[in-house]
Amino acid sequence: MPLATVDAMHVELLYWAGCPSTGEAVELLEEVLAGRAKIAIREVRTMEEAERLAFPGSPTIRIDGRDVDGNGARSRPALNCRIYQLTDGRVSPVPSREQLEEALR
Amino acid sequence: MTPALGTDTPAFDLPGVDGRNHTLDDYADAEALALVQSCNHCPYVQAWEGRMMAIQRDYGDRGLRLVAVSSNDAQAYPEDSFPEMRKRAERLGFNFDYLYDEDQAVARALGAERTPEVFLFDRDRRLVYHGAIDDSRDERTVTRNYLRDALDALLSGEQPSVTETPAVGCTVKWKR
Repeated sequence: MPLATVDAMHVELLYWAGCPSTGEAVELLEEVLAGRAKIAIREVRTMEEAERLAFPGSPTIRIDGRDVDGNGARSRPALNCRIYQLTDGRVSPVPSREQLEEALR
Repeated sequence: MTPALGTDTPAFDLPGVDGRNHTLDDYADAEALALVQSCNHCPYVQAWEGRMMAIQRDYGDRGLRLVAVSSNDAQAYPEDSFPEMRKRAERLGFNFDYLYDEDQAVARALGAERTPEVFLFDRDRRLVYHGAIDDSRDERTVTRNYLRDALDALLSGEQPSVTETPAVGCTVKWKR
């Protein structure tokens, strides 16, 4: 994919400080992006913010406004750790590398 | 606040998902009592639940009673309500007691901060290990089995060599 096209992407990571997964999520997202786009990191502090931003839990990652896990995105807004269902049936507090790569295609 | 080693197990009388109330005295025969601050909704708990069942299965014959306690505010986090706890325990077939600490007194007495967070008590019900179950939420990358190591020591009449590790997980959801 041409670099200019990728650079035009808006990559956003929303987090709640009560969940310990933020660092792991940022690290993974940076690895997958490999410098092709910057991450806009935003803290969600209150339930009012969570509702306004339709934040279903931490971390929430959106590429051009689209959640990397569409199913999880439909959960009610909440200040909690988000559950990602992995393809092998396990659950994880962060999306898988494959989910991120798929979302970036 | 982190509990000091040697701290007594707090007394409790809590409803369990099995429909009975459970008190500290109910576990008097146990050689080791592991109270695990837990809940339904947290992905870290969900990642470790299978290992909690495996530990109860592997050490039950040697006198371990693992007891999960959820103290989360169910009004703010409905997935952690008592009916939902019962459903989850039934669906997953928990082999350990799962108790509801609605007034959060046990969590406060333990000084719990995270889910999951282990408080392991010896035969005299003194705290001998506090912290994580092991060193990775991903079962495939575990290198240190803190709780199993502590149980091996304790059930052999020794003190655990590692007594404190950081619990990694969701925060306990306190009522406002």
